[in-house]
Amino acid sequence: MSLDPATIRRIASLARIRVEEDEVEPLCHELNGILGWIEQLNEVDVSGVAPLNGAVNMAMAMRADVVTDGGYPEKVLVNAPERIGDFYAVPKVVE
Amino acid sequence: MLTDLTIAQARDGLRAKAFSAVDLTMAHLHAIEALNPRLNAYITVSHARAVDQARAADAALAAGDARPLTGVPLAIKDLFCTEGVRTTAGSKILGPFVPPYESTVTANLLRDGAVFLGKTNMDEFAMGSSNMTSAYGPVENPWKRKQDNTAVLVPGGSSGGSAAAVAARLAMGATGTDTGGSIRQPASFCGLVGVKPTYGRCSRWGVVAFASSLDHPGPFARTVQDSAILLGSMAGHDPKDSTSAPVPVPDFEAACARGVKGLRIGVPREYHADGMPTEIDALWQQGIGWLREAGAEIVDVSLPHTKYGLATYYIVAPAEASSNLSRYDGVRFGSRRNGEDLRDLYERTRAEGFGPEVRRRVLIGTYVLSAGYYDAYYLRAQKIRSLILKDFTDAFAKVDALLTTTAPTAPFAQGENMDDPVKMYLNDLFTVPSNLAGVPAASIPAGLDANGLPVGLQVIGKPFDEETVFAVAAVIEQAAGFTALPSLRAGG
Repeated sequence: MSLDPATIRRIASLARIRVEEDEVEPLCHELNGILGWIEQLNEVDVSGVAPLNGAVNMAMAMRADVVTDGGYPEKVLVNAPERIGDFYAVPKVVE
Repeated sequence: MLTDLTIAQARDGLRAKAFSAVDLTMAHLHAIEALNPRLNAYITVSHARAVDQARAADAALAAGDARPLTGVPLAIKDLFCTEGVRTTAGSKILGPFVPPYESTVTANLLRDGAVFLGKTNMDEFAMGSSNMTSAYGPVENPWKRKQDNTAVLVPGGSSGGSAAAVAARLAMGATGTDTGGSIRQPASFCGLVGVKPTYGRCSRWGVVAFASSLDHPGPFARTVQDSAILLGSMAGHDPKDSTSAPVPVPDFEAACARGVKGLRIGVPREYHADGMPTEIDALWQQGIGWLREAGAEIVDVSLPHTKYGLATYYIVAPAEASSNLSRYDGVRFGSRRNGEDLRDLYERTRAEGFGPEVRRRVLIGTYVLSAGYYDAYYLRAQKIRSLILKDFTDAFAKVDALLTTTAPTAPFAQGENMDDPVKMYLNDLFTVPSNLAGVPAASIPAGLDANGLPVGLQVIGKPFDEETVFAVAAVIEQAAGFTALPSLRAGG
């Protein structure tokens, strides 16, 4: 499996990272280098092996479904690049 | 010099009133002033805050209320959120970010009386093995090749600033994080002890996330005992991190004195790389000899999937990173670059805010998780991760700990290994498997190579058995008698 320029543009769009046209070709080369090296994993027989998604098989801790935090909009908004009152501000999304 | 003391010595000196916490902190702040412009180990120095904390420590000492780290000046990797102190993660995108909260690990250190000197440089979002991907410039390793004093070497990464700071005596100890080797490799490169504890031992709450199932906070120090003292304060169950383990924190410092008599130490034959310098192999053999002489039984073991660890990591870690880093959208925190519409704002903000290595990994992660490729890449990697864990489980049925080398090379120069991303990734060949399996591991300085540069050995233990790791590490430390000092250091 190797990446072509169209796929690079598609994944960059999925990742919401703007990629300039002149960056597509070098990125293709770099990412294919990494993916080519990763191909070695195809040698491993994984039949009948269960996937492991974390380092420790741990039961998820449960807690009572009650509000334990919050009530400080100033702290939440203090790092916002732009705000209007107690809201984050972004360019208009609905005409 | 006060900056040469170990944490254990400083603790005793402060309690005996041989010097004050303000004296100790000022000595370090002066050292930072003198050396940081060159080393670039700190991104932010919190001078005034450190002096305030030192004064509070002196008051506590006078009142007879000394805690485990009262008055001990530490450096904090710039991945740990610190309330009111800028936290960048080494990235431009978090340049303006001042957290309104304190990470659990740093809160634990503050609870125990520590003084924070500042925030240390690192590879951007902890992605790198040389500190060269930082948006705040590279870090110089305080160690020099003895034949060539002019070459500027890397401190390793991603916790390169923490390692350089502790090695150069710009802090008595430091926090780091280790996702694929980011504590142990820089510890090896800078002649320090670095500990990656068991997954779940230290809370990840308030630590900027890279790959959540692989991220491990841990300490750097100049001695095994000091690293045990630091881990003892950093560790502990935290309900705010759902993967934090609800287990008690043992007395790690006491475990350092246990010795290895009667322990079975495994030597995994797969921990060898083609082209690895013979002196690194020789040091490994020497380490095996030290443990045997101290009464351990040496056992040959096999971890057959070791060689697949790195490629597995380069699917799992970017996949998790692509998800974790989706939060940097230019809306809620961090930098913003305006665009024509909201989508354009996201895309421009992220293109401008992320460096090339971060962009590469987010794109790889997005690809391996995308429709049609998930099974071939991500699911397969998770299955191989199972096999890697099984390798360790099988080995630990026979032995109490493993001894390996930490990194396949000694520190290299800035600019080396930069032409091919995979070449840089190979630094983590021996450290990545224990992240995938979540088992504790430490790097201990064991000797010097022909260039006079430090080389570390790695001890890997059973889950939640850091005590045995510390016991083995202390025996290696004593046998190695590592007294060499870096060329660039406070008072040096």
